[in-house]
Amino acid sequence: MGYSFTAPAKNWATEPIERTEILWITIAGLWCLFMFGWMIAWHWIGNQNMASEAYKTTPEIYGKKVEDFTAKYTVRQDKSDPNLPVVAPPPGSDVYLAASRYQWRPVLELQKGKSYRVHISSLDWDHGFSLQPENINFQAYPGYEQVITMTPNKSGTFGIVCNEYCGIGHHAMLGRIYVKE
Amino acid sequence: MAITTAQSPFRTDPLTGLRIDLTAQTLVKTNAVLAVVFLLVGGIAGLLVALTRWPAVHLLNADLFYMALTAHGIVALMVWIIFFEMAVLYFVSTTLLNCRLAAPKMAWTQVVLMTVGAATTAVAILQGDSSVMMTSYVPMNAAPHFYLGLILFAVGALIGCGVFWGTLVIAKEEKTYEGSLPLVVYGCMIATVIAVFTIANGAIILIPTLLWSLGLIKSVDPMMYRVVWWAFGHSSQQINVTAHITIWYLVASLAFGAKPISEKVSRTAFLLYILFLQLGSAHHLLADPGLSSAWKIFNTSYMMYLAVLASLIHGLTVPGSIEVAQRRNGLNNGLFEWLRKCPWGNPVFSSTILSIIIFGFIGGISGVVMSVEQVNMIIHNTIYVPGHFHGTVAGGTTLAFMGLIYYLIPVLFQRQLIMKPLAALTPWMFGIGIAILSVALMGAGTLGVPRRHWDITFAGQALGFEWPGMAQMMMAVAEIGGVLSVLGGAAFCVIVVGSILIGEPVPANAKNIVAPPADAGGHKDIGMGGLEAPGTFVLAMVLFVTLVLYYFINFKYLATLWTLA
Repeated sequence: MGYSFTAPAKNWATEPIERTEILWITIAGLWCLFMFGWMIAWHWIGNQNMASEAYKTTPEIYGKKVEDFTAKYTVRQDKSDPNLPVVAPPPGSDVYLAASRYQWRPVLELQKGKSYRVHISSLDWDHGFSLQPENINFQAYPGYEQVITMTPNKSGTFGIVCNEYCGIGHHAMLGRIYVKE
Repeated sequence: MAITTAQSPFRTDPLTGLRIDLTAQTLVKTNAVLAVVFLLVGGIAGLLVALTRWPAVHLLNADLFYMALTAHGIVALMVWIIFFEMAVLYFVSTTLLNCRLAAPKMAWTQVVLMTVGAATTAVAILQGDSSVMMTSYVPMNAAPHFYLGLILFAVGALIGCGVFWGTLVIAKEEKTYEGSLPLVVYGCMIATVIAVFTIANGAIILIPTLLWSLGLIKSVDPMMYRVVWWAFGHSSQQINVTAHITIWYLVASLAFGAKPISEKVSRTAFLLYILFLQLGSAHHLLADPGLSSAWKIFNTSYMMYLAVLASLIHGLTVPGSIEVAQRRNGLNNGLFEWLRKCPWGNPVFSSTILSIIIFGFIGGISGVVMSVEQVNMIIHNTIYVPGHFHGTVAGGTTLAFMGLIYYLIPVLFQRQLIMKPLAALTPWMFGIGIAILSVALMGAGTLGVPRRHWDITFAGQALGFEWPGMAQMMMAVAEIGGVLSVLGGAAFCVIVVGSILIGEPVPANAKNIVAPPADAGGHKDIGMGGLEAPGTFVLAMVLFVTLVLYYFINFKYLATLWTLA
């Protein structure tokens, strides 16, 4: 007798647990343990992990790094926009991408199968790094510089969409990465 | 009895036999009506968002879209829900404990502060210079009164929690109930503990942000903002989860005379929420710089998924309690006779069962999978995220609250629902609409479509590209579901307001509560295979298999991506 909204029986703490519940808690509990272990294990058995590497910076310092990087490795201007440099850094090098309202700069040209240390930060507000159609997504904000080592396994033209709302021109904020064979 | 010395007059409700404190009743009514008004506002804003993200319609211009999206998030996700939670806290603590409400004047302060706060923020949004989204990430800035309104609203909610606790103290002192707190009151108490944690975090981050917007402090660190804001933003959804699960238990009791299968199990599961649920704020920070993998793994998993375990337990024990009650009442044939013979045309029940199904299968499964540190990389800030939380908050919380409101109108206002056939239909319209919306948004998000984005065609953009036709179609399907849910929600609001104003009086001898069945001799008398609730167990295993398969499908997809380290 009784409801869930009336005071429980005096012995509620010592009543035996029903078997349906015991069975379910066992199955669900083991799965929870598995998921916890798997998330840790993926750092060793998986190839898609985020490094914990990040640095404090400022928009001024980071903006300068991007400028220097762009000046050093620019190979041409992008066909889509004569003011947009295409930068082809050597494999294994540090690559600097800057988000600002409303563009991801510069355009990159990478080689398939080669690794790059890609730095991501913002020069003003929060932005999103969303590589399409791969669908790889990171957060960018000012004052913090995130480093992810990326190795493209496909060639082609990839778009970078800003997927963190960053003001009225947000939907126009894009970038691009070319990956050559 | 101590009750006779209480100052407030009571009435005995004929429908339920419960004694209701009249002061509390007025406050419950006020909060509930304000909640429904804000639900309507939030729904209209949601409709505008849906009609803009539907590619073929694309209704609003960019300015208005971002304004409507900010309004929809704040009003539908916070204002409507927290107003109704105040109503629930006052109702549960007084009526279920047979007690008067502590400090009614403070409770009125809660109503005034929350109303003024919500209105202030709404005005800031409508003025157009605060289209910063619900999250208002610094250094993007809103008008100062945008933050001020939120702070006033939160202080009001904190006072409401205090009134609830005061009532618990009075009930204990005046011995208005015997033994332990009823489970439903206990669940609400857990929700208020999470609420205090949540509101404290809100204060810690929104007060400096207000000062910054006034120019009194120089800057607010963007990373600190996100870490603390989400301890507020995500935890506020954990209040909702705790509240709507409590309401599941309550409705199972009211509609079936059910009681928890084991008090101990259900209470322990609630306790796990206090201990671990707030760690979930890390879900929003998995793609952020500067937080270590160890920090992310510990927090995103709620310390080895102990809060997920708690939700999986409630997901079994609530329908399980219904199954046991139905079996004890003679519906003991086969696995699912008890389920077939549920009152599917009763909107109180259908809201609740749809809330359980949508929260579990859509919100729950997607939530567990997307919060894996690595899987998050293919989901972060895509429209998958709104897909997930419409499954939890709209399909889970809002739908459960709608069901309880349908139940409470005859109790609190002593009027019957108007347009009963339409009322029976509304949970299905809203629930199915939200289910379509959620699943289709998750599909579009899996294909990379961004959230909070006015124009995924990138019209006129040099670096634009075209999404697969499937992504466009998913967005159209999603918003058709969105429109359906708004129609259901609008019908709900009309029925609620209409019933309060012109509903027929409740007949004198009506009863709206099911007597608990006699205790049976456990699994020897009911159920199958040694289990008292075998049908629920089978359904739970369907959920389990779906979760496991979906988990590995996502890892399979993840493994095809660029190598990331």
